Amino acid sequence: MQFSPDHIIYYQGTFASLNATIMFTWGIILFLALFSWSVTRNLTSSTDFNFRQNILEILVDGLLNQIRETTRQEPERFLPLLGTLFIFILVSNILAVVPGFEPPTGSLSTTAALALCVFFAVPYYGIRAHGLKNYLVGYIRPNPFMLPFNVVGELSRTFALSVRLFGNIMSGSMMGSILLILAPLFFPILMNLLGLLIGVVQAYIFVVLAAVFIASGMESHLETTDLNNKE
Amino acid sequence: MDSLALIAIGSVCAAGVCMGLGAIGPAIGEGMALARALSSIAQQPDETNTIVKFLFVGMAMIESTAIYSFVLAMILLFANPFWNYFLEKAGG
Repeated sequence: MQFSPDHIIYYQGTFASLNATIMFTWGIILFLALFSWSVTRNLTSSTDFNFRQNILEILVDGLLNQIRETTRQEPERFLPLLGTLFIFILVSNILAVVPGFEPPTGSLSTTAALALCVFFAVPYYGIRAHGLKNYLVGYIRPNPFMLPFNVVGELSRTFALSVRLFGNIMSGSMMGSILLILAPLFFPILMNLLGLLIGVVQAYIFVVLAAVFIASGMESHLETTDLNNKE
Repeated sequence: MDSLALIAIGSVCAAGVCMGLGAIGPAIGEGMALARALSSIAQQPDETNTIVKFLFVGMAMIESTAIYSFVLAMILLFANPFWNYFLEKAGG
């Protein structure tokens, strides 16, 4: 039984090794890039467009609506980051039901990398919206004693974001393999169905939480800007 | 009883207690959150989308404690560092 796809090694070099996580991550990246590239080559605005363009339009439009509702701001500048995260996690989680495919989100290194992207995106959007000084002032609000708590809060939610996704996906494949030993016929199918549901919900939750963190990083500092303007 | 058996007993019992207690707390919390959300939806059906979104976010937060205990139980059972250390010592 494999605890993590990191331990499945295909190629062992002198400096680095190629494991299943890296391979399937790049596989998904290639698949998504080629799919989007092939669709966007011949976009039409007429009423008869093909099936794949329809999928992309639904996806992008739904993401824009979700981000707009969550952050209550113009969603276009968040779409490149949050949309990419959502599509990558979603495809990776859904493909987990394919036999032989190890979902890269079931490895803590992948989820930690995704959470690090969110960790650095929060100050990026905050600074871009309000400037470096106003953003840093937000850390010592309401008073300077809150500085360590604010910093620890940022770190702990990054940790929670990565462990949540990892634990959910890992538990799904783990339960699947344990049930496969106990009852080979029927229960693994039900667990796979449950795994599909959990995978979609987890992708949604990851993106909504990232959007909430980014928006809260921008909003809490908005108050300091307003205060400065009043003074 | 040698130390290896003690570690095995301790790990299995700790994993069971960890998973059991780790499931009770978040289950109660999620139940309360869901009950409140449902009564809010009953009072304000127009705000269903917002309430469901916050419900999901809150439940993900609550659930992460259960996930922590699950990961800990899995480490205790399948990737126990103490177990591996003593196995190496006994083998070599």
